[in-house]
Amino acid sequence: MTEKRQTAIPLSELAPGGRAKVLELSAEGLVRRRLLDLGVVPQTIVEVILRSPIGDPTAYRIRGTTIGLRREDARRIMVEPL
Amino acid sequence: MAASIEREDIHRLHAIARQVRTEYKKPMRDGIVEKIYQHSQSIAEEVTSRSERRRIDWDGRLDAILTSRYFGFPIMLALLGAVFWVTIAGANVPSGLLADGFGWLEGKLTDLFMWAGAPAWLHGILVLGLYRGVSWVVSVMLPPMAIFFPLFALLEDFGYLPRVAFNLDRLFKKAGGHGKQSLTMAMGFGCNAAGIISCRIIESPRERMIAILTNNFVPCNGRWPTLILLSSLFLAGAVGIGANVTAAALIVVGMVLFGIMMTLFVSWALSKTMLRGVPSHFTLELPPYRKPQFGRTIVRSVYDKTLFVLKRAVITAAPAGIVIWLLANITVGDQHVLDHIAGWLTPFAHAIGLDGYILMAFLLGLPANEIVVPILIMGYMASGAMVELDDMNALKTLFLEHGWTWLTALNVMLFSLLHYPCGTTIYTIAKETKSVKWTVLAALIPLSIAVAVCFIVAQVVRYFGWV
Amino acid sequence: MKRLSAEKRVELLQRKFGIEASVEQKVVALAGNPNTGKSTVFNALTGLNQHTGNWPGKTVGNAQGTFMHKGQPFLLVDLPGTYSLLPNSVDEQVARDFICFGRPDVTLVVVDATALERNLNLALQVMEMTDQVVLCVNLMDEAKRKGITVDIEGLAQKLGVPVVATAARQRQGLSELKDRLFDVAAGKVVPSPLVLRYDEEVEQAICELEVQLAPLLKGTMKARWVALRLLDGDSTLLEDIEKYMADAELPKHTLGREVSPSWPQA
Repeated sequence: MTEKRQTAIPLSELAPGGRAKVLELSAEGLVRRRLLDLGVVPQTIVEVILRSPIGDPTAYRIRGTTIGLRREDARRIMVEPL
Repeated sequence: MAASIEREDIHRLHAIARQVRTEYKKPMRDGIVEKIYQHSQSIAEEVTSRSERRRIDWDGRLDAILTSRYFGFPIMLALLGAVFWVTIAGANVPSGLLADGFGWLEGKLTDLFMWAGAPAWLHGILVLGLYRGVSWVVSVMLPPMAIFFPLFALLEDFGYLPRVAFNLDRLFKKAGGHGKQSLTMAMGFGCNAAGIISCRIIESPRERMIAILTNNFVPCNGRWPTLILLSSLFLAGAVGIGANVTAAALIVVGMVLFGIMMTLFVSWALSKTMLRGVPSHFTLELPPYRKPQFGRTIVRSVYDKTLFVLKRAVITAAPAGIVIWLLANITVGDQHVLDHIAGWLTPFAHAIGLDGYILMAFLLGLPANEIVVPILIMGYMASGAMVELDDMNALKTLFLEHGWTWLTALNVMLFSLLHYPCGTTIYTIAKETKSVKWTVLAALIPLSIAVAVCFIVAQVVRYFGWV
Repeated sequence: MKRLSAEKRVELLQRKFGIEASVEQKVVALAGNPNTGKSTVFNALTGLNQHTGNWPGKTVGNAQGTFMHKGQPFLLVDLPGTYSLLPNSVDEQVARDFICFGRPDVTLVVVDATALERNLNLALQVMEMTDQVVLCVNLMDEAKRKGITVDIEGLAQKLGVPVVATAARQRQGLSELKDRLFDVAAGKVVPSPLVLRYDEEVEQAICELEVQLAPLLKGTMKARWVALRLLDGDSTLLEDIEKYMADAELPKHTLGREVSPSWPQA
């Protein structure tokens, strides 16, 4: 049981193979709604699966589905690495 | 029983909505959405159980290869090449058979007309013009499409296509477009009209328009024969490389890559000028791979796409066939109208490295790219009706006799690659965008680019005395 | 929610949705996430008795098909695959509008057995909108391959709606699916969907709003659902209510005008 909680980092900084828990979304408007629709709500566990051969987007496993997100959107999802 | 709501009640509803907005300052959406997901998560967990046995993650492994840094792109190109190869190789025999079949039928029709004592001009219009035009388009268009679309649909069924969009997204994003444009572009290799319709997968209107306007820069099935023919007849020999087939193939590949580059470039230019805007949100689901249902997918794609496009093509080709025959057989002064037109076009055509007949063939070939070469041959041979030359050498001689050089062949290929979309496609664009302005632009932009590129190439080559 | 008379419904579908239905047909709306095999279900149920087109005024594809079961003709309307029914995009609007205002006799929600967690999201939203729901848990063959089992009975109990397991590709479960659709459409089975409870603050707000909304809505829509959407900040709902439900004769939407605002201008 760790006492110290790791600081929140943007999802975009997580490398393939990483796992994290969603803390909050800093995105607003249409992007926010879209992310919410996909299930990116606080407490969701996200796994980083793949990265495109030319660097972007990155594929994440969210609630049992693999979704590709661009870096600028992943940057607006704050997560706690696990 | 109330089927509707009275007007005044609607006003009251509006009032309530306003009240809600002011009373509950912070939109509760997040909380509500979160709650629904919490519910679905807990219910799902309660009713789902997974077996203990560790199963091999085939999907993950396959994805790791198909989107890998080193293999991702080569595999994509290889698959595209394979699809091309199968389509070209597979379509040859059926096309020939269809052409023979239609030719036989034409003979019967002619007999019928003669037996009925119909005037020559009527036979000309209906049989040599309408029938021949349509049958040509069908025999050249149908077999490749009947192969390409099913292949494409199988790839889609398998689940590979989202991976292509995933791989190429960044490229298209930088060009101001959308990752899914890679898919609509790929569809354009089969048929631009189908490519236009597939642009619906792009949600944002701005990016959808970019995809629509640039779709024709990749050669559709109808243009492959032209590209292949010309590259093997003229360019392979001229460049002096040994194995002609490989050279021809490489040149065609080069053209395709050029077309893709042009797609990206024009997308970028559009996104900076007429279609300015912020890149839209992009989320792409990478579904699990599934074994494609061969039978059903093939049948369905033939039904949905091939026949649909064919129908539209016939609608545009039929009147075109008539018009062309009329132009080639009506005489004004001492020449057919066709020759007159070719004459008028010659100065301009020469400036862009073509000749009057070629340009006219392109103009008359608006309905369908497949008929450009037949019209050209008809014009050169003054034969009064579209005809096909089976013998490659005879064809080459015919072209050479009319002053062709490798520059001509190159520019014909470039013009074919870049010029305005075919009639079927324009019709489709009109229906999809419901805007006259954008439809016209969809024709003018590629045309101007084609003219500009051919002009530059012609002038440069002549300036340096390479031809 | 009260049901519409058959004649009125046919008129509504024709005028507002461009769908030609006959008076005897029971209308089934087909919803689901993308990639759930929804089209396979659609094709399996309708075979070649289908035709595609567009939703009026939108470039969103629309497929309709027909089938017969136990002597009852059905019209199956395929809605765009969406992750949710909150109207963020044209697809979602189209789907939401049809389920809510098109008054189908049954709404069939297709979910992926291997991704239930995400897929149920849409199902739950549909259940908040209408009671006439049948859930189709598809891709059972894929689930089996991955070692996943789904307790169908348990799911049906929790959700309060009929649930059918299918593997549409293998054509399994389809006749049971048709049976359930028939039952619900004919009124033999009346689903009582689970009512999702929210946080106390939200529930209280809903309560207050329901009281005000119910007399205005007069049973045409679920008051609870409308309340939730207002709290949600859904801006399109009232416009849509006006468009579809107002009893004054609204001018028929001309296609050009409705599409062009969303297309790029000069």
